[in-house]
Amino acid sequence: MPDCLTTQLPLRLVGGLTSGSIYALIALGYTLVYGVLQLINFAHSEVFMGGSLAGLLALEALTHHGAQTNAIFLFVALIPGMLAGGVVAIALERFAYRPLRRRGAARLSYLISAIGASLLLSNIVLLWRGRNFENFPATVAPVPILTLGNVQIYNRQIIIVVAMLIMTAGLDIFVRTSRAGKGIRAVAQDPETAGMMGVDINRVITVTFLLGGLLAGAAGVLYGMFFGVTRFDVGFIPGIKAFTAAVLGGIGNIRGALVGGLTLGVVENVGAGCCGNQWKDVIAFLVLVGVLMFRPTGLFGEGVGAKA
Amino acid sequence: MIRWPKVGLFTFAAAFVSLIVKIRGPKAGLTVALVLVAAALIPAAQRRFAPRVDRLYQKRWGFPASLGAFFFACALLPIWIDVVEEELAVQIGLFALLALGLNVVVGFAGLLDLGYVAFWAIGAYTMGIFSGAGPLQFAHLSMWQIFPIALAMALITGFLLGAPTLRLRGDYLAIVTLGFGEIVRIVAENLSKVTNGSQGIVNIPSASIPNSSSFWRGIVSAFVHFENAWIHSWNALTPGAGRGTLPVPSARSLEFGVNPIPYYLLLLAVIMIMVIVIRRLNNSRVGRAWSAIREDEVAAEAMGVPTLKYKLWAFSIGASTACISGVILAARIQSIEPGTFDLITSIVILSAVVLGGLGNISGALIGGTAVTFLPELLRSLPPRLQDARFGIFGAVLVLMMIYRPQGIAPSRRRAAELEGGAAETHGPIGAGLPEELAAGGAE
Repeated sequence: MPDCLTTQLPLRLVGGLTSGSIYALIALGYTLVYGVLQLINFAHSEVFMGGSLAGLLALEALTHHGAQTNAIFLFVALIPGMLAGGVVAIALERFAYRPLRRRGAARLSYLISAIGASLLLSNIVLLWRGRNFENFPATVAPVPILTLGNVQIYNRQIIIVVAMLIMTAGLDIFVRTSRAGKGIRAVAQDPETAGMMGVDINRVITVTFLLGGLLAGAAGVLYGMFFGVTRFDVGFIPGIKAFTAAVLGGIGNIRGALVGGLTLGVVENVGAGCCGNQWKDVIAFLVLVGVLMFRPTGLFGEGVGAKA
Repeated sequence: MIRWPKVGLFTFAAAFVSLIVKIRGPKAGLTVALVLVAAALIPAAQRRFAPRVDRLYQKRWGFPASLGAFFFACALLPIWIDVVEEELAVQIGLFALLALGLNVVVGFAGLLDLGYVAFWAIGAYTMGIFSGAGPLQFAHLSMWQIFPIALAMALITGFLLGAPTLRLRGDYLAIVTLGFGEIVRIVAENLSKVTNGSQGIVNIPSASIPNSSSFWRGIVSAFVHFENAWIHSWNALTPGAGRGTLPVPSARSLEFGVNPIPYYLLLLAVIMIMVIVIRRLNNSRVGRAWSAIREDEVAAEAMGVPTLKYKLWAFSIGASTACISGVILAARIQSIEPGTFDLITSIVILSAVVLGGLGNISGALIGGTAVTFLPELLRSLPPRLQDARFGIFGAVLVLMMIYRPQGIAPSRRRAAELEGGAAETHGPIGAGLPEELAAGGAE
């Protein structure tokens, strides 16, 4: 038995669940937009980056005024982070996708436009904030609060997993029970019929992007809290991983995104334990290729509409 | 109605000429302008003077004539430019070749490949490893011997990546290719025993002309003679010799080595061959299959087009083009490192294709030139703005998709399709390079 599957395994599992939770939060955005528009929002990683940056700016503003950072500040930073994520997502929809949608453009156009928007946003931030990693003010000091066998679980990890669970549950309830959620499900099932039944499709799409943006923004702040840094291209790798997670769970499927994110986090962390950390990203990509080859609808199927 | 493609091409040509004027003075600029105008006038003159019944003749000779004129003008370019611009010319050639290949994948077959740079890397690393410069010293081959190996590598990797993923929907393909591009880069960074890790491979032998090859010697000396004759007649025709005359390039030999010009000419030759190959493919059964797949894959499949086979064709042709460019890159700069082959480069090549017009061969060449020029044009800006220059490519991609999805020099068939309107989707079968190259896109 290799080391990574025995003594290291608990540690890797905990690490995997933590990063998996962040992937899951971002993956929800991909899944929601895909469910409604059948479109992969390639610029979603920049939404994540925007949230992370807004959280950083808010914390910097607070510490600048002499406040001592503590755990409460994390929740204070989450609000601007989520709002920024939502704003970036809505702006993306408004400027990069809606003009194409109005024209009924080819599918390829959306993808190219999304790639362009992603590059543009990250470079605007590069221009504004520079190339160096910026330190995220420490909000939650790492304190081990649980010890299971040989592995210590830190409070930060618990915060991330719990926050992810709360937000996913909230989203699930929102989509299943609220009026706007009903609109989302209707457009996901059949946009034309939904339009004829009086659903305002543009509004539904905006709400969808907003929801995805709020969650990705929160993920950005949590990422900043956990890893302690952010910069213009911070969203790239988590973005691709989250996409992988969404596909793994079945794109368009909210619960699938949750399970996919956690699974991917665990698989890549355990795999990295076996092969070395530098192969972590390769493992995630191989998971993506493997899933697409053998089960393109993901573990739970593409639950558009009904299951969303 | 303003004919935007013409305006775009005209602006581009004007910028090009003014650059030459700035670098080499008004005379050189005037000559380049004359060559460009001549290239532009050939098909127009043919249209004007050829009788209607002679359309077949026009169709047969319009393309070779304008292609010949264009590459003739490009081959003359080294006469005027000096070392700095020679480097730029090689760079332009490399990117134009890449754009040409990616255009087959994205423009013709409609498959979004975001990891295209991986094939460039594979070409470059094939050169690095097989030339004996890498840590594995199992072969010491020359660039010419490595070309077929690189082509084989391209076909193998293109097939390995393509066969499982080309069945997928377009957007999945985009992200899988993106992942593939990153995998290749990470492997090059970490597989130190083969690729020398993040330090890259250095001291790659440059290309050389085999001493025994009298054929090559013949070509080279013919070119030198031609260049000298051109310069002497130019100097004789323009009075006031001594001032503003062109330097005689006898000192500038056409041996490969560290001299950029032979690489430039080699790239021109490769580009010309690829233009002919790709154009003929696009006007054949393969090209019709590609447009069928691009327009509606399900319908194409239902009509009996073996879609996977033709998508693999497109993928492999794109891969081999990039690999050739990679081999020449490695031979030219003699040292390669994984950082060169990142996602941004893939997106820059994509911008070149989009800018020039998806599915348009001459557009790809124009786009490749434009994206290589951009950093040069930004040279005078503050470093921070230069650092964020890729944002311009992002903006270009979004704006082009919103306002002009068919590119500055559109292909007729593709324009109708990307606009998404009910416009006529089928141009005449012969619609290809000649008119678009010279006259800025037929309307």
